Amino acid sequence: MDSQTTYNYKVVRQFTVMTVVWGIVGMLVGVFIAAELVWPQLNMDIPWITFSRLRPLHTNAVIFAFGGSALFATSYYVVQRTCQTRLISDGLAAFTFWGWQLIIVLAAITLPLGITSSREYAELEWPIDILIAVVWVSYAIVFFGTIMKRRVSHIYVANWFFGAFILTIAVLHIVNNIEVPVSLTKSYSVYPGAIDAMVQWWYGHNAVGFFLTAGFLGMMYYFVPKQAGRPVYSYRLSVVHFWALISTYMWAGPHHLHYTALPVWAQSLGMVFSLILLAPSWGGMINGIMTLSGAWHKLRDDPILKFLITSLSFYGMSTFEGPMMAIKTVNALSHYTDWTIGHVHSGALGWVAMVTIGSVYFLIPKLFGREQMYSVRLIDWHFWMATVGVVLYIVSMWISGIMQGLMWRAVNDDGTLTYSFIETVQAMHPFYFVRFLGGALFLAGMLVMVWNVIKTISGARPVDAPVPQTA
Amino acid sequence: MTVNDFNFTSGFWNIWIAVLSLANIFACWWLIRWTSKKRPDEAAAGDVTGHSWDEGTLAEYNNPLPRWWLWLFYITLVFSLGYLFLYPGLGTYRGYLNWTQQSQYAQEMQTADQKYGPLFARYASQPIPELASNADALKIGQRLFVNYCAACHGSDAGGGPGFPNLRDNDWLYGGDPDTLTATILDGRQAAMPAWGEVLGEKGVNEVAAYVQTLSGRQVDSALATAGKQHFTTYCTACHGADGKGNKAMGAPNLTDNTWLYGGSAGVIRQTITRGRNGRMPAHRDFLGEDKVHLLAAYVYSLSHKP
Repeated sequence: MDSQTTYNYKVVRQFTVMTVVWGIVGMLVGVFIAAELVWPQLNMDIPWITFSRLRPLHTNAVIFAFGGSALFATSYYVVQRTCQTRLISDGLAAFTFWGWQLIIVLAAITLPLGITSSREYAELEWPIDILIAVVWVSYAIVFFGTIMKRRVSHIYVANWFFGAFILTIAVLHIVNNIEVPVSLTKSYSVYPGAIDAMVQWWYGHNAVGFFLTAGFLGMMYYFVPKQAGRPVYSYRLSVVHFWALISTYMWAGPHHLHYTALPVWAQSLGMVFSLILLAPSWGGMINGIMTLSGAWHKLRDDPILKFLITSLSFYGMSTFEGPMMAIKTVNALSHYTDWTIGHVHSGALGWVAMVTIGSVYFLIPKLFGREQMYSVRLIDWHFWMATVGVVLYIVSMWISGIMQGLMWRAVNDDGTLTYSFIETVQAMHPFYFVRFLGGALFLAGMLVMVWNVIKTISGARPVDAPVPQTA
Repeated sequence: MTVNDFNFTSGFWNIWIAVLSLANIFACWWLIRWTSKKRPDEAAAGDVTGHSWDEGTLAEYNNPLPRWWLWLFYITLVFSLGYLFLYPGLGTYRGYLNWTQQSQYAQEMQTADQKYGPLFARYASQPIPELASNADALKIGQRLFVNYCAACHGSDAGGGPGFPNLRDNDWLYGGDPDTLTATILDGRQAAMPAWGEVLGEKGVNEVAAYVQTLSGRQVDSALATAGKQHFTTYCTACHGADGKGNKAMGAPNLTDNTWLYGGSAGVIRQTITRGRNGRMPAHRDFLGEDKVHLLAAYVYSLSHKP
């Protein structure tokens, strides 16, 4: 089994199936807390299911459980196929799978219990942080070890992005989580005041930049040209946007701290580098979408390609919106409002989830020896449910967020504020309902996917493709 | 603005960060200049590079960088350099415009004061009882109230556990115009000590029983009698021998069946055991005397209907 004549598809299969499972779990929690915002009595006065405890569970589940499993699955698949060699260690790869699942389960237990370091997107407490670091270093060894024993001379562009993502996340995770434990379940950050805020958002924004962008661009660079059956549009463009993207993302974090106690020079740098980031981000979108040029007709009847290309459109839209929101005067309106939530979800649902879904539909038949998914029509159904769901979500949050920002700053002719806080909450209520509907529709699409995946897998035998023996 | 406002710990770091920032911007510039040049040995536009992966299924064209995209990139770089010339961003360089967020805030506040100050000053000289029947003044007072007071006292000023009801004309510190104004301007800090350790559980139960009799409730009379002893020793200094409280200290009247934290036997025992430290924040620096004057008039009007 472990001979070098086949690719290690086992770990890819495991992570791919768990991507679907955690997608359902994470999005279900998301829909539930969206419902809690519409009907607050849904928390039933049970502390474990209040918004404050389930919100970090939702973000951790969709980013690290769903997104993370997808990145493990696709990076392991892509690095083997494009390096024409089996993973360097099956044992270590299996360790990353079981370790990552253990981390997710620990998160699902500790967060509802209220055990948290209260750092956004890094809420897990120190023992879990250490486990993450160990699993992540193992991941890096498997990935870069496989690159080192590759049997082709050039490293494929998808692997640059996966590599940058793996390295940077290791650095970000470790630096942001340097903390002093006071008990098994409680620790305090070593950084004081504004420095702590800066470290947190250096981590937070690069989690977006490297986990949710670079990693998924790696995915895009393999699955889009494969599914389209076309060469990547421009090698030259991929070089420029790769280096520009990874060097400028590092600076963008301070735009989360505009008009705060953060020293003004840091705020300014956060703003200008966020603007510079626009072109490098769009480089990825152009390279993906233009790969399809000459084959546009395929969009008509290939729902997998629809997922992939639509994800790039949402990627382009949210990477335009992001730099705009980083401009101080825009940020003064958008900051702390639902606009931010809408922005995040156009990236998370529109880009991250859709490119993942497209890739999973590509992978499942190959990993289980089927020609294609059980039902292509159901993929198309899923596509439309997901698209309408995302649009409902982000449009409702745009309206709600901009209205909220405008209401906060409205003043009467005597200089007093026109609206009390509770009036703004009341005005947002209908849009919370629309957001809930959008999220529920997106989740329903995922359930269609589960059905399709189960029907495809059942009765199928796992397949490990052979490694071609000639270079 | 001094160097210290930039929060650098030494003269080295400001130079380090400025150099690094500019280096990154110029590196982007160099990168797009360098990669948009054509090299003799490379594939022509529309041709593949010659590398292939995954059993020959993956290849790359070598199309040139889209011109509009290049321009977009250059524009953001030029804008950034311009911004860093005008605004603080490079080490301790304070920017050509000498802008700070503190000065922007100060300026906006000054503009607002100039614009709205006279409006509030007009009411400042009128006594509060008079303003309490002036609809225009009350409208402003209510707007201030829902933004600055409603979070604790409720948008209807009905209060909640720990936060006094402002409509019932029952006052901890007094409801006359001057006292009201003083309460809002400088805040209040209540200090009911914790008696749990002094009295013990038995003693607390006894005092709680006695306190309940003060507002006419039926309790075990033996307990209440014992409680009275403790009450005289420990509680009368603030609440008075008759339990009617003392407005000078903000000590509540215990005989009127109005309860700040709740009047159930359990809550009374908790209050005695652990004490209470209610805090009303000061608004003098934040709102200024003129606005507080209108706010006081609004609160006054709630229990003084014309």
